[in-house]
Amino acid sequence: MTAAAETESRPTLEVVDLKTHFFTRAGVVKAVDGVSFAIAPGEVLGLVGESGCGKSMTGFSIIGLIDPPGRIVSGAVRFKDNDLVGLPEEGLRTLRGNRISMIFQDPMMTLNPVLRIDTQMIETIQAHRDCSRSVALGLARNALMQMGISSPERRLRCYPHELSGGMRQRVAIAIAFVNEPDLVIADEPTTALDVTIQAQILHEAQELCRTKHTAMIWITHDLAVVSSLADRIAVMYAGTIVEQGNARDLIRAPLHPYTKGLLGSVPSANRPGERLTQIPGMTPSLLDPKPGCRFRMRCPRAAAECTASPSISMPIPHREVRCWRPLIAEQPA
Amino acid sequence: MTSASATPIIEARGLSKRFIKQADLAERLLERLGATQAPSVVHAVDNVSLAIASGEVVGLVGESGCGKSTLGRMIAGLLQPSEGQVLFKGRDRATLAGADAKAARLAVQMIFQDPYASLNPRSRVETIIGEAPLVHNLVSRAKLGEFVGEMLKRVGLDAGFKGRYPHQFSGGQRSRIGIARALAVSPEFLVCDEAIAALDVSIQAQIINLFMDLRQAFDLTYLFISHDLGVVRHISDRIVIMYLGRIVEMSPTAALFEAPNHPYTRALLAEAPRISYEKRQFQPIKGEIPSPLDPPRGCHFHPRCPLAMARCAEEAPALKAISPGRLSACHLNDN
Repeated sequence: MTAAAETESRPTLEVVDLKTHFFTRAGVVKAVDGVSFAIAPGEVLGLVGESGCGKSMTGFSIIGLIDPPGRIVSGAVRFKDNDLVGLPEEGLRTLRGNRISMIFQDPMMTLNPVLRIDTQMIETIQAHRDCSRSVALGLARNALMQMGISSPERRLRCYPHELSGGMRQRVAIAIAFVNEPDLVIADEPTTALDVTIQAQILHEAQELCRTKHTAMIWITHDLAVVSSLADRIAVMYAGTIVEQGNARDLIRAPLHPYTKGLLGSVPSANRPGERLTQIPGMTPSLLDPKPGCRFRMRCPRAAAECTASPSISMPIPHREVRCWRPLIAEQPA
Repeated sequence: MTSASATPIIEARGLSKRFIKQADLAERLLERLGATQAPSVVHAVDNVSLAIASGEVVGLVGESGCGKSTLGRMIAGLLQPSEGQVLFKGRDRATLAGADAKAARLAVQMIFQDPYASLNPRSRVETIIGEAPLVHNLVSRAKLGEFVGEMLKRVGLDAGFKGRYPHQFSGGQRSRIGIARALAVSPEFLVCDEAIAALDVSIQAQIINLFMDLRQAFDLTYLFISHDLGVVRHISDRIVIMYLGRIVEMSPTAALFEAPNHPYTRALLAEAPRISYEKRQFQPIKGEIPSPLDPPRGCHFHPRCPLAMARCAEEAPALKAISPGRLSACHLNDN
């Protein structure tokens, strides 16, 4: 009983102090600079941030897709019993598309434009398990059906260009889930899609995580999507996670001034016509960042101590924040 | 006096736009050989009428391919309608000539979606903003520098930026330059086509606030085209919902969100992502947006509509008043 509970609570993925830097001619770009989080089976983690904050690079680092001049400088990515940092390419290949899959913003990053859908899906299945073509074809058909695609037989014989954008993304997601992975990294998969199609895809992804206990990292800039999809949310700013915690608590009472600013920028339903609270200024460059809190130039609460880099603290249970002056006073009792 | 102020600043009457695909070489050869094919026609906008009062902000919402941008471009005068007319202050724009036509053109300006593609990368900001007012004699060459500096300040940029090129700016700053360019000819009406869609959330908030400040300062009227219901709800007085080239519902903002009438509007509102405090189960409507090349007969929405009846597949519903100021195109309102 206790043993079972222990394996249940063991995280699928644990990222510890991950640093991915790019060594460019202009200097070192610290795209990911000390990111730590863990994710349990069946859990959806929303990784939120604005463009250039390093959220996609965090996803790419986990699955080992960082190309030179980029390099994982330090830190660990523990997936079950393996540390993925420093794992040879061959080891990564057996995991990718099998135990860990990735969904990209543009489905054409996943799909080969000159191969039919069935060829691509069968290839993915047979790369990781020993089965006949007809068995693989059956699995592919089931995967498409699960994504809510009608007449999967016909779609399997299509080329990617014959499908609409929403359909392509659903095929890409079906491929990501076809080997029943333990972890799916989704990088803004619904950003380019229409609202009604987005809702369909969120619905299917939610179902798959719930029924198959797949852990999922949902990378997005859209707080609204994440607030209704994720169990936990991590907010990234300029290469670091500035706040993470239970989705409901974080949305209701953010601890970091940046999270509060982001939430205030979303035109919310209860005050149409009013001025939105805006965060002044722009995101800083990640090229040789200055010491100290990276948000302090834009922060309304900045004070003298903010010139030193804040470390992660837990001012209230189960909530992490990287700020010298978190918004604790405003927490509801 | 009252009748003058009641004349809408812009009125579209029965606007339609059809795009016809040119036959390619193979098709032309086949035609020579005697094969006849129907040309493929896209009804991007299908008989749309819309009046916008002075000082109003109208939000135009719809999913990709619904014709909202095409409608915006026709109203801005960038596209010629296939049918119908656009009236500027009660006068058909097509019949205006000379100085009147010029004034009507200048009074309606457009702000584009992509802050990268809509600025000439080889022009300095001074030229981008100053070219049109100079051509139209709104400012003398001697005063141009000062004028451009003034425009930049209006949109919250430093007047010293006028010597720079677009690539030296961030996305949010480029948006502001696009807005300054539109404002430089003192327009009365702005068509904003997804003007903030390409920006980050925190920058979006800055630009939305700027739009609202400018409206107050210069008495502007907006047609705000967007797929983002949250943004549109925030700044619009009235909302128009389009689906596959037709208007399905038109209503004051508060009333629309309180009680959406058309089934498509209801689905859109239900699925629009919004900040929520609870994890929620998504319950999507089935099916995809049909191709505008071959739209469904009758009501365009009937294949996806949970309430569709036999009549919906046969007869297109007319846009009818359901209460004062509200219009909806659905057969269910007849019962």
